[in-house]
Amino acid sequence: MEQHLVQYIYGIADNALILGQRLGELCGHGPNLETDIAMTNIALDLLGQTRSYYQYAAKLQGENATEDTIAFLRSEREYKNVLLVEQPNTDFAYSIGRQFLFDVFHLLLLEELAASADETLAAIAKKSVKEVRYHVRFSSDWIKRLGDGTDESHIKMQNAINDLWAYTDELFHQTDADKAMVSQNIGVDVTKLKEAFYVKVSEVLEEATLQVPDLKYFQKGGKNGVHSEHMGYLLADLQYMQRTFPNMNW
Amino acid sequence: MKNWPLWEVFIRSKNGLEHRHCGSIHASDATMALENARDVYTRRMEGVSIWVVPSKEITASNPDDSAELFDPAKDKAYRHPTFYELPDELKHM
Repeated sequence: MEQHLVQYIYGIADNALILGQRLGELCGHGPNLETDIAMTNIALDLLGQTRSYYQYAAKLQGENATEDTIAFLRSEREYKNVLLVEQPNTDFAYSIGRQFLFDVFHLLLLEELAASADETLAAIAKKSVKEVRYHVRFSSDWIKRLGDGTDESHIKMQNAINDLWAYTDELFHQTDADKAMVSQNIGVDVTKLKEAFYVKVSEVLEEATLQVPDLKYFQKGGKNGVHSEHMGYLLADLQYMQRTFPNMNW
Repeated sequence: MKNWPLWEVFIRSKNGLEHRHCGSIHASDATMALENARDVYTRRMEGVSIWVVPSKEITASNPDDSAELFDPAKDKAYRHPTFYELPDELKHM
């Protein structure tokens, strides 16, 4: 049971960590000062949420586990984030597209998790939901600006959505940990979020004059630790310091 | 993006106080200006309300005119309400 709960927490928290890391890569490289700050703000929100989840997971695990060992010292297969969040910052449209698709899912998830039978998870969700509501607002706004902007921004935004679409279905797959936690009213049944997700996403895309992709085959694997080729590079950046100077502090 | 207009940002730090000018940002329209102001100027709990105003809508006095505009007030101390006793409860006067 504890093991399932820990794995369930990873399934939620690793999304926030990995997306936070991706956004962190953009620090100092945003298209302008204001957008740069906005996206690093979101990265910090996500890292803050990650810390709360990992501190809880570390307590459940015992054995000298800390939030840092969980974040920095696991192997690639042990990260349970969805493939969507590890996709690279190909250009600003990809960063916004990835953010938007994740934000819409993230908000639906946290609204349900706030009613979890696990008090700690419910408390973290209640605190995070306010942050994520703003994330949805920010990324939806940019989807509309780029989609309904110039010819070039429209094409770039459409390409990003088309490519990232293949990673949306995985958001609604259940892992063994998911099933175990749903049966105890601790976890959220993600299969039930699917319809609301596609309704909301389609609404924003249509307002942005973008096509909703029609895809039959989707990518999956991240939730079970089978990641895309981008993940190794991301982890190399993320873990470098702790691997090179073990137990380093500042 | 280089052509985004400039906006002046005013933040109310808590209810009951007035909005104060705190800086400026670039944005393509009012909605984006509010969001940018939120992200740039309220990250450390500085505010409970934001106003944004297009900088070009502000009419400013000319620094060259400051002699005629402001100097005449210098020797009129009687205009300051320094002869009233204010109750301690009255803050922010």
